[in-house]
Amino acid sequence: MTRTVVVVGHGMVGHRLVQALRDRDAEGAWRVVVFAEEGRPAYDRVALTSYVDDWDAARLELDGARYAGDDAVALHLGDPVTAIDRAARAVTTASGRVQPYDALVLATGSAPFVPPVPGRDLPGCHVYRTIEDLDAIRASVERARTGVGRGSAMVVGGGLLGLEAAKALRDLGVSPHVVELAPRLMPLQVDDGGGALLKRLIERLDVTVHPGTSAAAIEADRGRLLARLANGTELDLDLIVFSAGIRPRDQLARDCGLGVGGRGGIVVDAACRTTDPAVYAIGECALADGRVYGLVAPGYAMAEVVADRLLGGAAEFTGADMSTKLKLMGVDVASFGDAHAATEGALEVVVNDAVAGTYRKLVVSDDAKTLLGGVLVGDATDYASLRPLVGRPLPAEPGALLAPAGGGGGVGVGALPDEAQICSCNAVTKGDIRGAILEQAADDVPKIKACTRAGTACGSCVPMLKQLLASCGVEQSKALCEHFTHSRAELFEIVRATGITTFSELVARHGSGRGCDICKPAVASILASLGNGHILAGEQAGLQDTNDRFLANLQRNGTYSVVPRIPGGEITPAKLMAIAQVAADFGLYTKITGGQRIDLFGATVDQLPAIWRRLVDAGFESGHAYGKALRTVKSCVGSTWCRYGVQDSVGLAIELELRYRGLRSPHKLKSAVSGCARECAEARGKDFGVIATETGWNLYVGGNGGTLPRHADLLVSDVDKETLVRVIDRFLMFYIRSADRLQRTSVWLDSIEGGLDHVRDVVVHDSLGIAEELEAQMAEHVTGYADEWAGVLADPEKLARFTSFVNAPGAPDPTISFRAERGQSVPVPLGIPEVVSR
Amino acid sequence: MTSTVPAPAWTAVCPLSAIEPETGVAALLPDGTQVAVFRTRDAVYALGNIDPFSQAAVLARGIVGDLRGTPVVASPMHKQRFDLRTGECLDDQGVSVPTYPVRVVGGTIQLGRP
Ligand SMILES: Cc1cc2nc3c(=O)[nH]c(=O)nc-3n(C[C@H](O)[C@H](O)[C@H](O)COP(=O)(O)OP(=O)(O)OC[C@H]3O[C@@H](n4cnc5c(N)ncnc54)[C@H](O)[C@@H]3O)c2cc1C
Repeated sequence: MTRTVVVVGHGMVGHRLVQALRDRDAEGAWRVVVFAEEGRPAYDRVALTSYVDDWDAARLELDGARYAGDDAVALHLGDPVTAIDRAARAVTTASGRVQPYDALVLATGSAPFVPPVPGRDLPGCHVYRTIEDLDAIRASVERARTGVGRGSAMVVGGGLLGLEAAKALRDLGVSPHVVELAPRLMPLQVDDGGGALLKRLIERLDVTVHPGTSAAAIEADRGRLLARLANGTELDLDLIVFSAGIRPRDQLARDCGLGVGGRGGIVVDAACRTTDPAVYAIGECALADGRVYGLVAPGYAMAEVVADRLLGGAAEFTGADMSTKLKLMGVDVASFGDAHAATEGALEVVVNDAVAGTYRKLVVSDDAKTLLGGVLVGDATDYASLRPLVGRPLPAEPGALLAPAGGGGGVGVGALPDEAQICSCNAVTKGDIRGAILEQAADDVPKIKACTRAGTACGSCVPMLKQLLASCGVEQSKALCEHFTHSRAELFEIVRATGITTFSELVARHGSGRGCDICKPAVASILASLGNGHILAGEQAGLQDTNDRFLANLQRNGTYSVVPRIPGGEITPAKLMAIAQVAADFGLYTKITGGQRIDLFGATVDQLPAIWRRLVDAGFESGHAYGKALRTVKSCVGSTWCRYGVQDSVGLAIELELRYRGLRSPHKLKSAVSGCARECAEARGKDFGVIATETGWNLYVGGNGGTLPRHADLLVSDVDKETLVRVIDRFLMFYIRSADRLQRTSVWLDSIEGGLDHVRDVVVHDSLGIAEELEAQMAEHVTGYADEWAGVLADPEKLARFTSFVNAPGAPDPTISFRAERGQSVPVPLGIPEVVSR
Repeated sequence: MTSTVPAPAWTAVCPLSAIEPETGVAALLPDGTQVAVFRTRDAVYALGNIDPFSQAAVLARGIVGDLRGTPVVASPMHKQRFDLRTGECLDDQGVSVPTYPVRVVGGTIQLGRP
């Protein structure tokens, strides 16, 4: 007979339990009823801070969290359980529903701890745990925005969650103060040395840290908040976020007489069972082996144990790895194993490099033979290779393991036994991953992720997955094509360093064969990015795809379309009429594009120069609609006209479009500028999008529409125009240097090691020391720009290529014909001869 | 009475120098056929100009290169590659375009009848 398990709480762990149970319960022994307090299905709380990037709650929803198509699961959203009747084995919910159970699982998580500071309930005081909390914080920030200057905020608590909150506030354009009772930041994870460095690195990012003190009182002060710290400091604030730890949500358990710990938490045994054998507790509400685990991986492990137990298994939860690695505002922090050297006789080996801004500590056993734990701040690259070594013999001297970052003393995956955990979030061992590679033919990282779940949570083990692929003999080829073993980025460096200006020289010296339709356009684009004259000059013409070769867009019947540049989408009636006249005279099909310009279709190769002669005479220039280059910078009408606009978005869009016009890049580049937060220009769907703020501009990067739409991420906020242009210059040039061929900025950001944070480090903080070079390169582009179409019209040799037939220059192409549709000429489908005059 | 004048065996198309090495041009034969004429570093080839996948007359505008040593042109429409020597499509077995005899006489490219 089918039994019923009731799950209280649909958080990360509750959802994992339902998934695990449904995956394994082949016989359908259990029906699952879930009651959720929150009004939405389980979401990725670990990634909560990223909600600030796009305010898109749907993106955070966990996979399969709606159990669509699974009749065995009933999910009741927004209906919390209010009481448990253990004698009757039934729960009561807020809506009055009474649900009997055979087994009950409490997965109620935890609640933020708010210290008893006077004034903590004033408007403008927040906690940081749910999507609604972030919506409320956003509303406070927006209220603050109507004031003068930059808003300011206080975060109470300098632990992991406090720093997450500080990051969110910074991304929202507010300057945060972080107040931490302990003498250092992240007291649970790092030691004093690491904490000191962390403070220094974080303070560089416009966050003020107040360690060793606490909030003593909060008062309302003329619509703002005044906070007094225990050390006497007074802070004038717009909002306050409490993030000073968590308390397990154990009230239901207390009310029905289940055992709870002295400092909270529902007591469970190794089977995750409470003091009532029909009731389990998992995740952050559970007190397992005397402790509450505030991380998701242990919660997942508990969920797996309970799923197994419900199906008659004997799995046990035997404690969990509390290792963490995170990147907070671009600063790496990792701690693993016995980070505080609590083990008897433990020895510490520390390398504190104030110049490089890195702090690295290993904790080893008294005989210095076994690794017990460690702390890494500033650069945690070696976390992935060191963490699995905890409890194992050291492969080298501790000092050698701490050698300069990235070295890891040569600790490769090779040094690890098969049972070592590579992914601690999902408990995947090296053996599991090797199995996936060798037996399930997982030959790249995405396939390993799909087979094993390794690397799908925090992602810190991804470099190890790559190493494992290599050690299993799977080659990750980055070769551009059969003619070059280099990646596009490597070829770019070669061309830049050697000053080679032709494809033939490049392929002769660094490649093989004669080239193809992959490497030729890629190299042509590199040559153009580095400024090598007209893209149809000499040999370059033969390298170009047909669009670039004829400076127009090939359409299905072999004709081309023509798009003159209309910077920012602003156009005078006279110029509009000029376009209309050309379209009418050449019988071109006319359509408005999504990029605020006009596309003219149906031009034959030999008509293109005549059309462009007219357009150039009317003051137009190439719109590069045909190129992997800047397309348009779209704009809303902005503060000139709009009642809501706060900045001149049209003016900026035109300036940006004229600055970057003609810039060749690995893929097309689109941009937009919005004059206020209403975002009418849809800037966040662009490769680089700018949104006006009261006092400046926010820059977003990496957005695109298409098959896989992606909202752009905030790169810098509230900067003046000069800074904005400088950052865009650097961003675009860094992308052009390092992206793969035909890789949009969105994919590039997702695949570049270190992601957005790394890119921000490079283009904002100049971590690679190349900013000046990138700017100089862009300056060269800007001064070297010349209209490609004007260049063709002025050069008889280039003009001569625009003929349909080499032996009959005037003859029309007999395969091209048109018919009328809604009053315009459209192609006759090929193969069906039919001619209408146009 | 009508008399049929036999078409000359070779049609002069253009000087060799009119085609940049490693590119192609389109030529129109007296019967209306379109031919794509390619010049590589060391040879001249002639194929039908119609891309069999799209029916558009565009092959002459494709990128010329090599696929493991075989000289090819990639259709500018959807990138299928054709062997310049045989006209065979290397990405879709069984599809091919016609080839035409071609020669260079006194610096002029001449096309023959297939
Ligand atoms: C900003 C932030 C960043 C974090 N970063 C990390 C990180 O980097 N790494 C890491 O490992 N962990 C991180 N965590 C912690 C991680 O999110 C938690 O460990 C995890 O969410 C715990 O899952 P849970 O299901 O136990 O609790 P929750 O996800 O909190 O879910 C509990 C759910 O139960 C519901 N509930 C409570 N009472 C009832 C009731 N009576 N009836 C019905 N429903 C109820 C709650 O509304 C909630 O939806 C972070 C947390 C936050 C807030």
